[in-house]
Amino acid sequence: MAATLFSKVWDLHTVRKLPTGQTQLFVGLHLVHEVTSPQAFEMLRTRGWGVPFPSRTVATVDHIVPTASLARPFADARAEEMLTSLQQNCRDFGVPLHDLGSLEQGIVHVIGPELGLTQPGMTIACGDSHTSTHGAFGALAFGIGTSQVRDVLASQCLALDPLKVRRLDVTGALAPGVYAKDVILAIIRRLGVKGGVGYAYEYGGEAVSRMSMEERMTLCNMSVEGGARAGYVNPDATTFAYLKGRPAAPSGAAWDRAVAWWASMASDESARYDDRVTLDAGALEPHVTWGINPGQSVGVSGRVPRSSDVAPEARAQVAEALDYMGFSGGETISGTKIDVAFIGSCTNGRLSDLREASRVVKGRKVAPHVKALVVPGSNAVRAAAEKEGLDAIFRDAGFEWRGAGCSMCLAMNPDKLEGRQVCASSSNRNFKGRQGSPTGRTLLMSPAMVAAAALAGEVADVRPMLGGAR
Amino acid sequence: MTLPAIRRVSGAALPLRGDDVDTDRIIPARFLVSITFEGLGEHAFEDDRKAAKAKGKTHPFDDPLFAGARILLVNRNFGCGSSREHAPQALARGGIKAVVGESFSEIFFGNAVAIGLPCVALPGEAIARLQSLVEGAPKSALAVDLEARTLIADGKTLPVSIPENAREAFLSGNWDGTSMLLERFQGVEAVAARLPYVAGF
Repeated sequence: MAATLFSKVWDLHTVRKLPTGQTQLFVGLHLVHEVTSPQAFEMLRTRGWGVPFPSRTVATVDHIVPTASLARPFADARAEEMLTSLQQNCRDFGVPLHDLGSLEQGIVHVIGPELGLTQPGMTIACGDSHTSTHGAFGALAFGIGTSQVRDVLASQCLALDPLKVRRLDVTGALAPGVYAKDVILAIIRRLGVKGGVGYAYEYGGEAVSRMSMEERMTLCNMSVEGGARAGYVNPDATTFAYLKGRPAAPSGAAWDRAVAWWASMASDESARYDDRVTLDAGALEPHVTWGINPGQSVGVSGRVPRSSDVAPEARAQVAEALDYMGFSGGETISGTKIDVAFIGSCTNGRLSDLREASRVVKGRKVAPHVKALVVPGSNAVRAAAEKEGLDAIFRDAGFEWRGAGCSMCLAMNPDKLEGRQVCASSSNRNFKGRQGSPTGRTLLMSPAMVAAAALAGEVADVRPMLGGAR
Repeated sequence: MTLPAIRRVSGAALPLRGDDVDTDRIIPARFLVSITFEGLGEHAFEDDRKAAKAKGKTHPFDDPLFAGARILLVNRNFGCGSSREHAPQALARGGIKAVVGESFSEIFFGNAVAIGLPCVALPGEAIARLQSLVEGAPKSALAVDLEARTLIADGKTLPVSIPENAREAFLSGNWDGTSMLLERFQGVEAVAARLPYVAGF
């Protein structure tokens, strides 16, 4: 019978139906970081449990890493304690750690794919909601909380209820200057931040087929912002080409067997979906958020809504967002003055993101009042970018070129907004206070749009700044 | 491991209005820089509380009328965003013993179950009525009865919904599920053995 990738992967990893009615699901890859794991390891110690599949577990440090200096001990003693604790836990439980200073260190959702750990047909879990990123490879990847991190460490399993599957067909082709980030912002705008609750999102269609793996990662990364705990793209030639030669990818005769198996896990053509939605990629323009959740966005040529523009039951929420953001409603989003520009995060901190932003920045200068920083998603991204001379392009323009980590996406390190600063950000969340200042304001957009905003000192359409073909 | 069963939560309630309240608001990220969950209770909604104060308003979590409340009344998609278990931990450590809302984010809901914090759902109109009731009469006693799947307020009994597995976990005291996952470990090993990638193809 025709099946979706979701149900094939789910069935293959099912251990049993639990007495509670949930499914016990084997986790093929467990990614661990310093924020959501210390309490879980402590619970293992209390109960006397070990980690039975340490080779299916990989740790790194990302959230708390300072990006200006890696000198130890960290200025923040609690951050230092978190890293020390992760190092000790990994030693005690035999979990491999890509530690600070290593070329393999970086944001957990950047290094998993980079190292070839993330592969099609797997189940992947991590104590971080943006685990949905790994779905770009045709894996079933879930964000989990700390108690579930404990479950996976101790048993390599999760107790879960199956999700429904919504197919999102993104037809047509993206225009130059319009990116995967704009596609996902448009999807969330249309379906809402809770539209995906209970679903896994399967992205397909011409525009998705044409996307690089890094673009697909951006797309799947923000599934969770639309309420969908998981999102995925069926594996294809693009997926296999990306994986070939990666350190943890199979090689030799095993490579051919792997490709055949990976291809067999893709959704069958006649698979049935619980819901289908179509979006025309060709009609999209760059998107920018104006509010306090990722569903509150508008095309760059559009206007911030007035609360009177929306249905009565949605007015209070729009009014709250306008008030927090300091918009009166009705103004163009373009021209909104910014104070900070942040390029980075698990959403848009990869090499292709930095390349696109550098095309905009090259030979130009950051507006004098703007603090602009580039935080590569991993040390490997940083090294690759430096090899291409991207660091020099950014520095010459007035950007700070930083070390790898999560940085100002959620400001658990020293990179924080101050006061009511407005940040043009390539990250994933514009929640109140998200970037470290309780009153700070975030405008989400693509890295190229962040670069354009940094130069203009205000939100600006990147398209006229992009010379030549993409 | 069997923990104390949770059958019924009763007490005063605290109304917190608004859809899509994200976990960054419930507990800002700076409080996650710690290797324990200790002390999170006093920081729940810290930035929202400060923002209210700055405007001369009182956030419900600071309102003495709602001090000691055990039941949190919320609206739609509560707990969206980050998967941080610190969010339900902060609520539970701040004295909240049950959350009643129109709907919850999936990850938040799972995290809450895993730490013994029941979340039950009611239609939006009923939630709005309850929030108004409690705002008008702050010490009104509410009771969430998981056994009967009801909420008792103002002398009325309303049916609430909660997934059966979560309800069963609370009633049996099996809401901390690791032991259950370890019960038949040969089954786990059998699945690992049939996955081509585990053996490196």
